[in-house]
Amino acid sequence: MADSRDRTDDAGGPTQTDLWRPGAAEPSPFEIAGMGAAVLEPPDDEAATPAEQRDPKPPADPAEHLVRVASGQGFWGDWQEAPKLQVRSGPIDYLMLDYLAEITMSIMQKQRERGPDGGYARDFVQLMAELAPDLLAGGVRVVSNAGGVNPEGCRAALAEAVSATRVPRRPRVAVVLGDDLVDRLDELLAAGHELRHMETGEPLATIRDRVASANAYLGAAPIVEALAQDADVVITGRSTDTALTYAPIMHEFGWAADAWDLLAAGVVAGHINECGCQASGGNTLVDWRRIDLTVPGYPIIEAKPDGSFVVTKHPGLGGRVTWATVTEQLVYEMGDPSEYITPDVIADFSTIRLQDQSNDRVRVSGVKGRPRTDKLKVSIAYHAGYKAVGTLTYAWPDAYDKAEKADEILRGRLRYLELEFDEIRTEFIGAGACHGPLAGPPPDDLPEVTLRVGVRSADRNAVAAFTREVAPLILAGPPTVTGFAGGRPRVQDVMAYWPALIDRGVVERDVRVETTEL
Amino acid sequence: MRVQLREIAFARSGDKGDTANVGLIAFRPSIYPVLVQEVTAERVKQHFEGICEGEVERFELPNLRALNFLLHRSLGGGGTVSLMLDAQGKTFSTALLRMEIDVPDELLEGRDGETRTPRKGGE
Repeated sequence: MADSRDRTDDAGGPTQTDLWRPGAAEPSPFEIAGMGAAVLEPPDDEAATPAEQRDPKPPADPAEHLVRVASGQGFWGDWQEAPKLQVRSGPIDYLMLDYLAEITMSIMQKQRERGPDGGYARDFVQLMAELAPDLLAGGVRVVSNAGGVNPEGCRAALAEAVSATRVPRRPRVAVVLGDDLVDRLDELLAAGHELRHMETGEPLATIRDRVASANAYLGAAPIVEALAQDADVVITGRSTDTALTYAPIMHEFGWAADAWDLLAAGVVAGHINECGCQASGGNTLVDWRRIDLTVPGYPIIEAKPDGSFVVTKHPGLGGRVTWATVTEQLVYEMGDPSEYITPDVIADFSTIRLQDQSNDRVRVSGVKGRPRTDKLKVSIAYHAGYKAVGTLTYAWPDAYDKAEKADEILRGRLRYLELEFDEIRTEFIGAGACHGPLAGPPPDDLPEVTLRVGVRSADRNAVAAFTREVAPLILAGPPTVTGFAGGRPRVQDVMAYWPALIDRGVVERDVRVETTEL
Repeated sequence: MRVQLREIAFARSGDKGDTANVGLIAFRPSIYPVLVQEVTAERVKQHFEGICEGEVERFELPNLRALNFLLHRSLGGGGTVSLMLDAQGKTFSTALLRMEIDVPDELLEGRDGETRTPRKGGE
């Protein structure tokens, strides 16, 4: 499918992207966060094997069949060039784009309330319009949860955008519907589904009137169905982030829905892909000074039918893929590693075996899985009051003391105005705001310190009053203050997160896939 | 020898609601058993005193020579409720790497001639 994608490989000679590569001739003593050299040995529990060929043609031996799923976005607001580079810098079969964090759905819900044309990732529409000619010519298919709370709106916007683009043929676009439960909540509660908070055990009824969004996490099945319907682009709402990567692999290899070890391997691949560059050198502690992240290659999964896969990136782009960058991503947002629960399988991350094959290739194998549960997780967001955060920066000398004094004055004024808050939090940026007491007492001679004060309350008026009390400190407060150019702090809605479980069948009977030609 | 974790391990951290997770990874296979023995849930709880208000759970991943810690009630409520600068626990990784543990000298040998890196301003 990717035969026409190898044109960049055929170009010959150095391309412009070579300029972005870290100097290969420069040996890199491993260095961690400027702490000096540290020995870094790759896991050596498996014999080295030669790197797989990057041959885009289907091999004669089906066991050598590769499916390449490239990660293009790790969150809503990620680097817009990354997916373009994934499509244009080398061969791939699928492009996965993850836009949804836990709290994103509530933001999108608010946008939809303002107008029926909102509630999805607009970035995605622009991106698809620009990439459509490349995607269609190259046979690269896209799987994304950009639909947010309005996949149909997203499809409509995409249809409009693509109609203004020259494309070799009309793309087939699928939407996955049925994850959105916000309009079904009363029916579900009446039917005895209490949707208790997974940690506190409280029933949803206690906050029912404040719910802003409620979405079940769907697994791979509807995406696999959409791909079977020859969709070029699959737009979902609240699918799991990991399914965006392993649904295409399931589809290509025909993995069964109860092939637990294979599905678990897919989940691991999905976990590596879902945070974009975090698996290919971004946010990596090891050797961070030497990783060129100006124009980084995001991760690419090269999956095999047996469930093993290689994590890599396009050569010629920055970034780095080593056992260290992959391991860091594997433990990111990890709970109990032996019980990584998804709608399709429970993956055991403690069974993962890594082999660093060098040249930005890390092989992953050995993953075990267990049968899925009969529940789906529901992500609910509800209104939980208001907050605001104000900052002011104080200069040497005695920067910390000045910031502390300003905080004292500010808190005194809030009391004087008889304003009450659920919480007031003061932090001193530059003097331990990140590590708190672990950072030790601040040094005497700090060049500057930023005072950061946040308040939260159910009473919007109290929070609004706070936002008017920060600026007066500029003239009626300690000396040598700056950093207030942004104006008054903004009053923000607090959206709290309510995770719950629901019987799978209750949701799945309403899940449907619509595939249309735009 | 007493060393800071950052000299023998690296880490990444994130959030799940009001819980911070920190994955701690040994540079060398031979260091992993030392981490298992020394970096216990109790010690991590103690290390994060004043930050972690709940319990600390620890999980072992010997294949990855990594330990995963869950620090409950550590993020000021978590998500958008939190007023913390680091509401997502992104900097908990290096906060854990501040911890000092005892490591047998022979396990620290051969690190390309370097041992401890002097910190700025001495100790």
